[in-house]
Amino acid sequence: MSEVIVVTSGKGGVGKTTTTANLGCGLAIAGKKVALVDADIGLRNLDVVMGLENRIVYDLVDVVDGNCKIKQALIKDKRYAGLFLLPAAQTRDKDAVTPEQMKKLCETLKEEGFDYIILDCPAGIEQGFKNAIAGADRAVVVTTPEVSAVRDADRIIGLLEANELNNPTLILNRLRIDMVEKGDMMSIDDVTEILAIDILGVVPDDESIVIQTNKGEPAVTVEESKAGQAYRNITRRILGEDVPLMELKTEEKFMDKLKKLFRR
Amino acid sequence: MDFSDFFGFFKKKAPASGSVAKDRLKLVLVHDRVDCSTQVLEMLKGDIIKVISNYMEIDEEELDINITQTKSDDNAGSVPVLYANIPIKSMRRNAGSNQ
Repeated sequence: MSEVIVVTSGKGGVGKTTTTANLGCGLAIAGKKVALVDADIGLRNLDVVMGLENRIVYDLVDVVDGNCKIKQALIKDKRYAGLFLLPAAQTRDKDAVTPEQMKKLCETLKEEGFDYIILDCPAGIEQGFKNAIAGADRAVVVTTPEVSAVRDADRIIGLLEANELNNPTLILNRLRIDMVEKGDMMSIDDVTEILAIDILGVVPDDESIVIQTNKGEPAVTVEESKAGQAYRNITRRILGEDVPLMELKTEEKFMDKLKKLFRR
Repeated sequence: MDFSDFFGFFKKKAPASGSVAKDRLKLVLVHDRVDCSTQVLEMLKGDIIKVISNYMEIDEEELDINITQTKSDDNAGSVPVLYANIPIKSMRRNAGSNQ
């Protein structure tokens, strides 16, 4: 059985591409055959996050237009068996593809025997979004604990449900637990209460994401990375395991304790 | 404890920014979710005036129609409400008979 998952958010820069890369990598490590599809035509980025930018020959638009076979366009990630990337076209427009063509593309990938097909959706709610969700079986919404990002996530959830992609799940990205504890950031409960949606995972704000993105290797592969651990947990949840949310707590330093004492 | 903290000690404590964010977000979403444009609201206002005017004379200038939120009865969440404040000048004597 194969499943098409679209990773979306509404707002840009909240971590859709990073999430797509990490989930794809995680699922491949778990032994699944995975195709990552960059649906952000004109602004392709999944290739650099995956470290595969030098290996692109054909792209999504070439496949849709029939310039090449899908197997020719899929880049095989040599590090992880079973992981493939279908890059977006960089010099084309979002209108180069229609929702019907995307649906067909997803069907073709299913026939190719992929267990999971993960679509990296562009920001916004226009054509690119409509294309990306057209062939999806389920949706994952990424947000950060900020007013603007959660607002856009709410809008996206409404649009997903209007397009019969019911019960999307949420990834809360870049949570700073130290700030939540001080009351200076919305908590997991705040966000899930407002959006009224099931949480798939919480990813702490972590330097290792920047470092791994610099290198083009997803953080999910790094044992000691907190964000990597979060993505490993999310991967297991997608595979159907019941994994509790990661324990997120700051280690209190002596000076912090002292400060707290004075604040009272 | 650094110097800025020291002076902060004497200041009146503002609400934590996290809860400010939550409250602002809730209010924004009430409007987003209802998805009611000012144009629609104006049309609604016009219709309400028309209907109510059959029964009573109202102060159209002071009429106030808005979408806000209120706590729902069944759960802890809030639901959007159409709030209308319509000042009555006088009842029409022939109320209801002119239909």
